Amino acid sequence: MSLSRREFLHMLGMASAGGLLSNKLYASDQSMYDIGSTGDVRIMHITDVHGQLSPVYFREPNVNLGLGAANGRPPHIVGEELLKFYGIAPNTPEAHAFSYLDFDAAAQKYGKVGGYAHLATLVKQLRAEAGDGNSLLLDGGDSWQGHATNLWTNGQDMMDAMDLLGVDIMTAHWEATYGEERMRELLNGSNVEFVAQNIIVDEVAMFDGAEAYDEDTGHAFKPYTIKERGGKRIAVVGQAFPYTPIANPQRFIPNWSYGIRHDALQELVDDIRANEQVDAVILLSHNGMDVDIKLAEVVSGIDAIMGGHTHDGMPAPIIVENAGGKTLVTNGGSNGKFVGVLDLKFSGNKVSGYEYRLLPVFANMLDADAEMQAHIDAVRAPFADKLGEVLCRTDALLYRRGNFNGTWDQVICDAMVDVLDAQIALSPGFRWGPSSLAGSEITMEDLMGQTAMTYPETYVQEMTGETIKVILEDVADNLFHEDPFYQQGGDMVRTSGMSYRIDPTQTMGKRIDDMRLSDGSLIEADKTYKVSGWATVGSVSPGAPIWDVAAEYLRAKDTLTMGKPDTPEMVGVDGNPGVVEL
Amino acid sequence: MLNRRSFLMRTIAVSAGALLLQPLRAMAAWNEKAFKATDLNSAMTELLGGADAEASDAIQLSAPDIAENGAVVQVSVATDMADVESISLYVEKNPSPLAAQFNMSEGMSADVTTRIKMRSTSNLIAVVKAGGKLYSTQKEVKVTIGGCGG
Repeated sequence: MSLSRREFLHMLGMASAGGLLSNKLYASDQSMYDIGSTGDVRIMHITDVHGQLSPVYFREPNVNLGLGAANGRPPHIVGEELLKFYGIAPNTPEAHAFSYLDFDAAAQKYGKVGGYAHLATLVKQLRAEAGDGNSLLLDGGDSWQGHATNLWTNGQDMMDAMDLLGVDIMTAHWEATYGEERMRELLNGSNVEFVAQNIIVDEVAMFDGAEAYDEDTGHAFKPYTIKERGGKRIAVVGQAFPYTPIANPQRFIPNWSYGIRHDALQELVDDIRANEQVDAVILLSHNGMDVDIKLAEVVSGIDAIMGGHTHDGMPAPIIVENAGGKTLVTNGGSNGKFVGVLDLKFSGNKVSGYEYRLLPVFANMLDADAEMQAHIDAVRAPFADKLGEVLCRTDALLYRRGNFNGTWDQVICDAMVDVLDAQIALSPGFRWGPSSLAGSEITMEDLMGQTAMTYPETYVQEMTGETIKVILEDVADNLFHEDPFYQQGGDMVRTSGMSYRIDPTQTMGKRIDDMRLSDGSLIEADKTYKVSGWATVGSVSPGAPIWDVAAEYLRAKDTLTMGKPDTPEMVGVDGNPGVVEL
Repeated sequence: MLNRRSFLMRTIAVSAGALLLQPLRAMAAWNEKAFKATDLNSAMTELLGGADAEASDAIQLSAPDIAENGAVVQVSVATDMADVESISLYVEKNPSPLAAQFNMSEGMSADVTTRIKMRSTSNLIAVVKAGGKLYSTQKEVKVTIGGCGG
């Protein structure tokens, strides 16, 4: 049974008394939401909402490995280690929000998280607390993709919701998968200001007439904007996901080139500091947390990097020292589950102090904002039948997030093996996608929550064992490369029909071995295998969309049962606080 | 002031003219043995007379960490060294590692940009010949199959 609000408030009070106080994550008030304004300017940050307008369940990972310098450093700590690190008492709402521990039971108890109507209530409250004209609301991108209605309205549902919420500034990743034209169309019809210092119009495309914000610098969009809040001038620089044309199909954005562009960022920050009389510089980043930490080491002059992409809900910022002083690095989780609140205090025209909180959005704790709820209802109404179709029940908790297979991806991969008659199935290591509780009904909305995108087509093709190894090695290197600037931020490719062994601490080409089919026979380099997959980034695949394939598989079942997902045997990571094997 | 578009248009017009005027000189500079060599050492030896280059911080090599398209990777090399005679670029794991060579004459600014092909993830090596000596710097450029963004 879920808790009443009164019981919930009591628990939150207990949590604060029981250890959180030491880390000053929350004030010791009755509610985690009455935080009190301690600064001159309040920066609120949401990121990677992935189109979840309604509240969801979202299980945090039990495998989020960090290697080398990142071993044991946030965000690469999971479960009890994470609670210990941040001084969060177990069996509290916060422990549930920040960890996977006892997920099914805790989710039943505390209820769903996020939802734009509940978020709107919280944002209004935080804004009022900071005082009129003293706050900013930033959205780090990945807002327009991840839910069926995003896809079916071409992103319109989220753009309108962001306007209603009063998002001031945003940057992007998956937004680009609607194509440049649609992206510009949505932004032009909105009050949200878009910034990105690292989306550059290709020279040849510009020669052919492609649109640019600045033809001299090549910036496709405004690289930064300045907002006056609380009498202070705050510069917000945008950093879109640097590897968008690699991780997602380049065909949607053929005119644009991305990259981290840290040298250009340094020049830009120096220029802003020298010429714009700013009091603070914030980087609104979609780099991913490890990339942001390295960026904060090599670029100076940024007060805070408010980050996303890697979906790491980290209760406190990392403080990075660099040539110019210190930079805070935060990461704001995903799926509408959290709001980051950074209160900045100034002395003169410099930041002199801060307080940061990552507030979990518990839908049971916050009333739905009426205006936002009306928008959400209107968006959903035309699709009610499609969204509500029950495919089957599940006996198992279905979740996606984690470095290796989660149960939701196991379902998707098993569906491809079954329906498309393949020996092996591969599915990208996406980090979005809410969780479904054991014992619940799986609806088309739930399935679309794992698959809604503009390139859902499936394929079945013959691949050699060597090719399969190359794919696994390639993705593993994107995840585990020792230099964060070479990481793309997804998780490992998901598999069905095969097993393998991985040593993440090795280098490219040497991490994967002992690849076997499900009958135990070794996968041989020069033999061919029938492999299925989806979401290809090169050309458009010829098969049915993945949601049709998976829906066919699920409709044929009364109740879905599932054992342990097909996670690989891991070596070289004993004692790593970023993994708990279940 | 020239904006980027009109600057590009002029540049392209100029290069087209220059190419028409100088095809023979360009052909004459082609070192077939070096460009067809299948390993880094022989490519450097054929082109520069030796493969021992001193690692140098005075060369700025800029290239993406991860290529957006291995078929067109934009690379720039610049240096403030005196008496630069040539700049050459090598992709260690390409079937023919030598990707480009620029001969510099006195008064030219040693700052070049080109687009090269890379077959797979590899070290990219820039070699500057200056005052009769070889200097080099290198950077890993990943060519990935991609497709797994969060």
